[in-house]
Amino acid sequence: MPALTSAAELERLRQEIVSRNHPDRPRVSVCAGAGCLATGAARVIAAFDTEIETQGLKGEVQVKATGCPGFCERGPIVVIDPGQTCYLQVAPKDVPTIVSKTLKEKTVIDRLLYADATTKERAVRESDIPFYKNQERNIIGNNIKIDPQCIDDYLALGGYSALAKVLSRMTAEQVVEEIGKSGLRGRGGGGFPTGVKWDAARNAPGETKYVIVNADEGDPGAFMDRAVLEGNPHSILEGLLIGAYAIGAREGYVYVRQEYPLALKNVGIAIRQAEEYGFLGSNILGSGFDFRVQVHRGAGAFVCGEETALILSLEGRPGEPRSRPPYPATRGLWGKPTNINNVETWANVPLIINRGADWFAQFGTAGSKGTKIFSLVGKIRNTGLVEVPMGVTLRDIVYKIGDGIPGGKKFKAVQTGGPAGGCIPEEHLDIAVDFDALTKAGAMMGSGGMIVLDEDTCMVDVARYFVNFLAQESCGKCSPCREGIKQMHRILTNITEGRGKEGDIELLEELAMTTGSASLCALGRSAPNPVLSTIRHFRAEYEAHIREKRCLSYSCKDLVSYYIDPQACAACLLCMKRCTSEAISGARDRIHVIDQQKCNKCGTCFDVCPSKFDAVVRLTGERVPEPVPDALRVVVRKKAAAHAGQKETG
Amino acid sequence: MTDLSLRIDGRDVAATQGMSLLEAARGAGISIPTVCHHEKLEPFGGCRLCMVEVEAAGRTTLVAACTYPAGKGLVVKTRSEQIDRIRKLLTEQLLAYAPESEVLQNLAREYRADKDRFPKEPSFCILCGLCVRYCAEVKQRNAVGFIDRGPSREISFVPEIAAAECWECKECFPLCPTSALQAAFVLTRSRTSSEEVSK
Repeated sequence: MPALTSAAELERLRQEIVSRNHPDRPRVSVCAGAGCLATGAARVIAAFDTEIETQGLKGEVQVKATGCPGFCERGPIVVIDPGQTCYLQVAPKDVPTIVSKTLKEKTVIDRLLYADATTKERAVRESDIPFYKNQERNIIGNNIKIDPQCIDDYLALGGYSALAKVLSRMTAEQVVEEIGKSGLRGRGGGGFPTGVKWDAARNAPGETKYVIVNADEGDPGAFMDRAVLEGNPHSILEGLLIGAYAIGAREGYVYVRQEYPLALKNVGIAIRQAEEYGFLGSNILGSGFDFRVQVHRGAGAFVCGEETALILSLEGRPGEPRSRPPYPATRGLWGKPTNINNVETWANVPLIINRGADWFAQFGTAGSKGTKIFSLVGKIRNTGLVEVPMGVTLRDIVYKIGDGIPGGKKFKAVQTGGPAGGCIPEEHLDIAVDFDALTKAGAMMGSGGMIVLDEDTCMVDVARYFVNFLAQESCGKCSPCREGIKQMHRILTNITEGRGKEGDIELLEELAMTTGSASLCALGRSAPNPVLSTIRHFRAEYEAHIREKRCLSYSCKDLVSYYIDPQACAACLLCMKRCTSEAISGARDRIHVIDQQKCNKCGTCFDVCPSKFDAVVRLTGERVPEPVPDALRVVVRKKAAAHAGQKETG
Repeated sequence: MTDLSLRIDGRDVAATQGMSLLEAARGAGISIPTVCHHEKLEPFGGCRLCMVEVEAAGRTTLVAACTYPAGKGLVVKTRSEQIDRIRKLLTEQLLAYAPESEVLQNLAREYRADKDRFPKEPSFCILCGLCVRYCAEVKQRNAVGFIDRGPSREISFVPEIAAAECWECKECFPLCPTSALQAAFVLTRSRTSSEEVSK
């Protein structure tokens, strides 16, 4: 296809694409994001292709492999249009029925719909599902409508019209001003005002400038950027083009981590298509503006998400942060003014240009505008991606969208902001989620990870887990980060393994102060958060570990013992058979005993002991009673014995 | 080069554009401790012992004097309770690796650091990177480098380059604030076959 040479040509092409795809034409959209692919979406798509042919609908129904709409918990997700019928957890074996019932007979298959856990009420349309209903999906809402490998899908939804608008009708200053006015702040974690950042790079002296997409998403459990990269890569490219025009850059990079193969593939395809259509290259849309993009694959170091480390890594040097100032806006890639924004920040840009700063600013709080995507994971019913306006409460995210904690367990905390974020307890669940409120609560927005923890989670162990991650990911250049995190990890490990001592909490606080205030980059400066926020909100757990060697959540194995109450044991053999370390002795009619030396504390005996006996007990912070002497290990059966006797004689 | 003036520890200090706070302070005879700094090398900002307080626009921030640019009208404090606490703890952490290092013992005296506060791990190297950077920046040989990251970070000679370059040079040896470098070199030498090393 010949490259487009004007905004008018783009609009004509868009109308042509729209008229080709008649809205009444049946369409099957299957999420082909990483989550759904893992649960078998590729086989579902293949099944639709064959089944549509077998049932004679070839050419009438379009099957689309789309981006991720967010409800990963119930994947693979299928949406059928017209009508937006949403089927969840679809297996290839369901496909023949969907084709015959829904596509041919236009009837809905109840069993594949969303059903509320308590009311059993079913939702037919995607937008009626409570998980989606309580969101504001400005960015990821389009994912299910787009085949990310097909630029026409993006164009049909008005794609690249913001670029056309900017190139034909706006000056660079006006673009920067509009972004500034919108109140957009960096979505990668820093929360720095995007307009201010752009303005600095625009005003920095120099002919050559660069723009970079930071797609080095590395927080454990976070996959927001991944979903946008995989699901709607053109929206990021369009944002990047607009930013490049605004600051005066003619070259850009997308820094994607190598561990995201699908994102790399889709971004690569998107770049080739954008080049073919004339959105990248020389004299874009006849405006005289030139811009080219290259993809750089990151080798997987968490610290390379820090912008100065990312720049050095792009240059082929070790990815270690350097001191700022000078900021990348004046001295960035190859020493030139450089503007780096996160994936989600770039994806917001076309929306702001198209709909205006005021539209964008209507969402959110005074200090944090727009929506934010969170990856909601952990002990939560609805795992997935959630896009909400800034300012909703954590309680709404956890309960209204996430549908609460599974398994009848109690909520304990939500960990936000990635590994260097913090834990927020029940009493702060009503805070409005934005950059400032989360920081005030001792956590942070970060890039949008949200890990829900229930009563079985030990908060000291949570701190230890994240500090361990940070220790491994510290580059080791500066000593407060390298040594401070290492020492905090050593102390936390001691506490969780029963070797904690008085003064440990104070030493942790002292180490946290030094690491937090003297480290070179944000990794070290925020590394104390997991420690400080858990000390602040869950100090009693620390004290119980240190003073009484008790783990209140029965999670730290070294502080927990399992014991079989001889009064309650019915010698049913169940725990004995299931024991993973052959630590339980006993026989029919012989009370079971756990050999504490052999026990690996896996907890299986506790889980399998029938509730009518509840003979296995967990102990923490107390001595395990001596086992019953051999002579007394005979079970006296009453009813059960009589019953068993009857059976034998009968 | 434009001249500018700033205040360090209550004194007016003259500096030139492009200078770091450390250079400005030392130029005026005000001492700030460093372990990873060397005049011939680019500022590194690794040891963080040179943390000072900078007051600007009513806010006090902690910055590394070796990398922070001297700016007009800055108000700088090189000692405070917090700065001393940071330097004490950083020294204690480094002493775990090289308890006998004279540089560290002097710091320990000044900041009342306890050399036994953290469990000893006598690798002798405190990862200041003077050898690595001197070899790269001044000698442009890259015979010694950092390997791995975080708590596993080490310095290591590259045997092939070291065998050819280091015998005649050894200029990095006196830079080392501990005895780690010599040890690492001897180790490399013993690993390399004697034919390759001897000339």
